[in-house]
Amino acid sequence: MPRQATDVLFDPVFKNNPVVLQMLGICSALAVTTNLNTALVMSIALTSVITLSNLSISMIRNQIPSSIRMIVQMVIIASLVIVVDQVLKAYAFALAKQLSVFVGLIITNCIVMGRAEAFAMQNPPGRSLLDGIGNGLGYSLLLISLGATRELFGAGKLMGFEVMPLVTADGWYVPNGLFLLPPSAFFLIGFFIWALRMWKKDQQEKPAFRIAPQVKEG
Amino acid sequence: MEHLLSLFVRAVFIENMALAFFLGICSFIAISKKVETAIGLGAAVVVVQSITLPLNNLVYTYLLKDGALVWAGFPELDLSYLGFLTYIGVIAATVQILEMLLDKYVPALYNALGIFLPLITVNCVIMAGSLFMVERDYNFAESVVYGVGSGFSFALAIALLAGIREKLKYSDVPDGLQGLGIAFIVIGLMSLGFMSFSGIQL
Repeated sequence: MPRQATDVLFDPVFKNNPVVLQMLGICSALAVTTNLNTALVMSIALTSVITLSNLSISMIRNQIPSSIRMIVQMVIIASLVIVVDQVLKAYAFALAKQLSVFVGLIITNCIVMGRAEAFAMQNPPGRSLLDGIGNGLGYSLLLISLGATRELFGAGKLMGFEVMPLVTADGWYVPNGLFLLPPSAFFLIGFFIWALRMWKKDQQEKPAFRIAPQVKEG
Repeated sequence: MEHLLSLFVRAVFIENMALAFFLGICSFIAISKKVETAIGLGAAVVVVQSITLPLNNLVYTYLLKDGALVWAGFPELDLSYLGFLTYIGVIAATVQILEMLLDKYVPALYNALGIFLPLITVNCVIMAGSLFMVERDYNFAESVVYGVGSGFSFALAIALLAGIREKLKYSDVPDGLQGLGIAFIVIGLMSLGFMSFSGIQL
């Protein structure tokens, strides 16, 4: 299917967002969004891994025997994640500690594996690179908006800078602690999906059962 | 003994893999439409988790840890940066071997768990279990208990969610929230419920 390069890049961001529509890779998406800093670092880490893995898998796609392709993809992805992890530990140790196991979990992030299998195995390196960046951005969009919302309402800050002065520091904002706890991430994603599906009606799911309309007897 | 018991309770209720750490959510949502399949996946996770976690613990202690290769004559070698690659390899191999063994010797169990086993290689719960084990420096006994506990926590959560979703399909949900959206809201409420366990002092 010949598509414009810009489509390859921007489709995954809005039209076919990997997290919202295909439900891929949310495992790691939620735990790191309690503040904007970790969300940003996680987005950068994932985008670079998915871009490079798409590029390198696409370059050797004709050499990979199809029976062991999963293992080859896994090894490439795992090696890239090790590199990212070492870089983070070297230059941003405090953040790497905060992200704890979630950088390692990029390996099992379904988006990376999914794009390698679904796109990079069939397409030339240039396009795969763009597809990687696009999917990385789609993931980052959700992650960053969640991180910003949770930090802003949960702590009145953005990236550690005070936006809404807290009551405890003679300000006016009473922080909503729920936003920093796990349940709020689920609620926010639920509402995000709701909003997106009210806007793009074709993404709505059909209910399994319809309640029969009430009929007047006689 | 008491220490191990409290580790188990903590792994199942307080640090529930799915509801407190958001791990394995992909399959958590995809496979929770029916109670039977949910329990099948849950059982498969418990089995794989309780095998791979102790296995990875041994690999880490005797091969990768700083100075672990003393027995081979390399006292200053630190291979811990190879961790990610090794754990995923161990997990993938275990799942493959388990699948073949079950197929050969316990076909009934293979038919029940079979379709879920390949899925488990890329399930975050398994990988995360191994990474948490390394980060928290568990010894062998603790890693066995943590493996069973964290696997069970996922099984418990997914079985509960499937029970709720089975009833939920008869309810009248707003159009945009249908399916995925309401599933997230339900999980959020469950997670809120599980947070009440966090007050337990162990």
